[in-house]
Parts: sequence; structure tokens; C-alpha cells
Amino acid sequence: MTEEVPSYLSPTGQEIVFLLLGAVAVGSALLVVTTRQLVHAALWLVVSFGALAGCYLVLTAEFVAWVQVLIYVGAVVVLMLFGIMLTRAPIGRSADLDSGNRVVAAGVALATAAILVTVVIDGFRTAYTPLTPGAGAASELGASVFSTWVLPFEALSVLLLAALIGAIVLSRTDIPGGSPEDQPGTSTSSPGDPAVPPGDRAVPPGGPAVPPGDPADQSGSSPSDRSGGH
Amino acid sequence: MHIVYPAVISALLFSVGVYGVLARRNTILVLMSVELMLNAVNLNLVAFDVWLGDRLHSGQVLTLFVIVIAAAEVGVGLAIVLALYRNRKTVDIDQLRELSEPAPPLSAATDATARSRGGRSPDPGKPTPAPPAVTESGGHPPTPGSRNVAMGEAVPSGNGREDERSAKRGGKL
Repeated sequence: MTEEVPSYLSPTGQEIVFLLLGAVAVGSALLVVTTRQLVHAALWLVVSFGALAGCYLVLTAEFVAWVQVLIYVGAVVVLMLFGIMLTRAPIGRSADLDSGNRVVAAGVALATAAILVTVVIDGFRTAYTPLTPGAGAASELGASVFSTWVLPFEALSVLLLAALIGAIVLSRTDIPGGSPEDQPGTSTSSPGDPAVPPGDRAVPPGGPAVPPGDPADQSGSSPSDRSGGH
Repeated sequence: MHIVYPAVISALLFSVGVYGVLARRNTILVLMSVELMLNAVNLNLVAFDVWLGDRLHSGQVLTLFVIVIAAAEVGVGLAIVLALYRNRKTVDIDQLRELSEPAPPLSAATDATARSRGGRSPDPGKPTPAPPAVTESGGHPPTPGSRNVAMGEAVPSGNGREDERSAKRGGKL
């Protein structure tokens, strides 16, 4: 905002700390997308998000930093680990995590990085702001959320509720209705689905309405008991 | 604080996320890469909020909203992935080709597939390569040109590559 821009050759302590944290964030993000172990990717994601929370702290956005730690590190990564666990991914080193178009993806990513960095450096070379603490404290941000941004806040809470209910509905397998006419189409159209012998399936506790002799329904409605099929 | 520093770090994080979305095959890793891209946007929002000195704190409030939406996205996305795993026994994106064109059988004659593909298209006179290009672009990138060639000349260059790639995958699994 100011006219006189300090030199890039004499960085302040804040900038040095910010650049170190940013290097940690970008480096661990690179490890997330290149590592061969699925669980390590999730743990490097924790490191990346933590370094980004440190970046927010340096930028005087304290409340956002703690929300980042709470929600991303605390909730999102744990959800990812649960997803890894529930899909029974191979825990150790696996060679088939990368698709066949790695080279093209690297080219696209490098092109994106080059274009974005060039444009950003060209556009904001003279942008400078002194950092004054207190602008992102919880009291100011809370006052702003609940005075100006009340309507988006409420709409967002409705969205969160809808997402919660949607996730529950998608995850449950014993909801009657909708699934019997869906199951024959999906079970016949997937050639890689192993056929399940009708004997080794335990009856799910919530699904007594399903007739037990229906083979199409048996192939689709028991997710957790079919580990021996593959 | 120079604004260039957070902007450049954000651009690099976004590019890393783009690479992860394009190059990974496991669906959960793709979701992680999407999270990286969202975090890059968050860093930009916070930095420009600090730079502009917004009295309403619109940048930081929008960052909070993006974090909440990302949490909702991860919840629904993982529920979809689990439903997918329940039905298909895989979370591998390259194997989920139900919505693509009828795939040519491995090691079959390519002219038969091209003929059947030409017969199945609803309007053969009008070239409509957009939906196959979108659905097939996960496998081999230069589809829109070679797909049109494959409609007429029956020597698609992508099929051989797909054959050897799936053969390699079968060997690994």
C-alpha cells in the first residue's frame, strides 16, 4: 500500500520465518503427492497443514490459524485416515498409487506454476504491508462474522447439516427403499465384482425387510462381510 | 511483509495440488490433493485480507467458510468413496470407467470396436467429441484428436497404450 517498498535483499525476521514455514508447507505437500505409502501421505498432510497454520500466525490471522489446526489437522486428516483404513488399502509400500499419466500431470503442474508465479510476481512486486498484530483476533473476527456475515454463516450451517445427513445416508447400507431396484443394474454391469456365495454372508442387523432369497440384493448390501472375496 | 511471498507460496501449493489430482490413482489421495488446492486459496485469502486491511475482515471470514466447506466436502467425498468401495471393491480411478465409451476388449481387433463405436453414437454426422474426451481424459491425455481419427480410420493410437498399461497393471496386482 505504501509507495516506498523495502528491498527484497534485506528481509525482516517475519519474512524469514514465513518463508521457512512456506518451504516446509510446499515440501511436505510435494511429499504428499509423491510418496509411495498411503498413510505417510496423510501424515505429511498434517505437516503441511501445520506449517500453513504457522504461516497464518505470522500473517496475524490467529483465529484462522487455530481453526486450521482444529479442523484440518484434527478432523480432516483423521477422516482421511479412516477412509484409508475402511477401504482396506495396502498399508505398506505400494507401487500402483500413481496413474499412467504422471509425465503429463507434471507438465501441466509445472506450466501452472510457471504461469501463476510469473503473473503474481509481475503483479504484486511493489505490494508491501506492515504487519500489525491483533487484526485477526477472535474478538474482531467474531464480531465481523456475527454482524456482517450472519446470513452466509447461517446458510453455511445449513449446508453442513445437509452434508452430515448426506454422508450418513450414503454410508448406511440398511436403508430400505431405493436400493432393491438399484442393485441389479450395478451388480450386473460391473464385471470386476466377485460373485459372492450366498452362504458366507451374515444378515445385517437392520435389514429384515430384504427377502433372503434375492441374489441381486445379496451381492450388494453387505459391505463388511466380504473380505474373503478378493 | 511483501505480498509476493504468500502469493508465490500459494501458487506453488496450488500447482502441487494440480499435480496430485492429475497423477494419483487412489481416490483418497486425490481428495488430499484437492485439500492442498483449497489451502492454497486460503493462504491467498488471508494474505490479501492483511494487505488490503479490510475492515469487515472479508478475507479471513471467507477463509473460515472455505475451511467449513472443505470439511463438508471431505465428509461427503469419503462417504462416496466408501460406497464405491462397497460396490466395486476398488477405489482406483483408472478402473472406474462405467460412464466412458464402451471400452474396446483387450487384444481384440480394433476395427470392430471402431465400427461398433460409430454405430452406437446417436448422430454420426455431427462430430461430438466432448463427452468422450472428458470421460477418457483420465487414461490418456491426447484424446480429442485421436478419438476423431479412431472414428473413421480404426487405428486408434491410444488403444495400444491402454492395452499395455492394463497388462502392466494386471502384472502388478
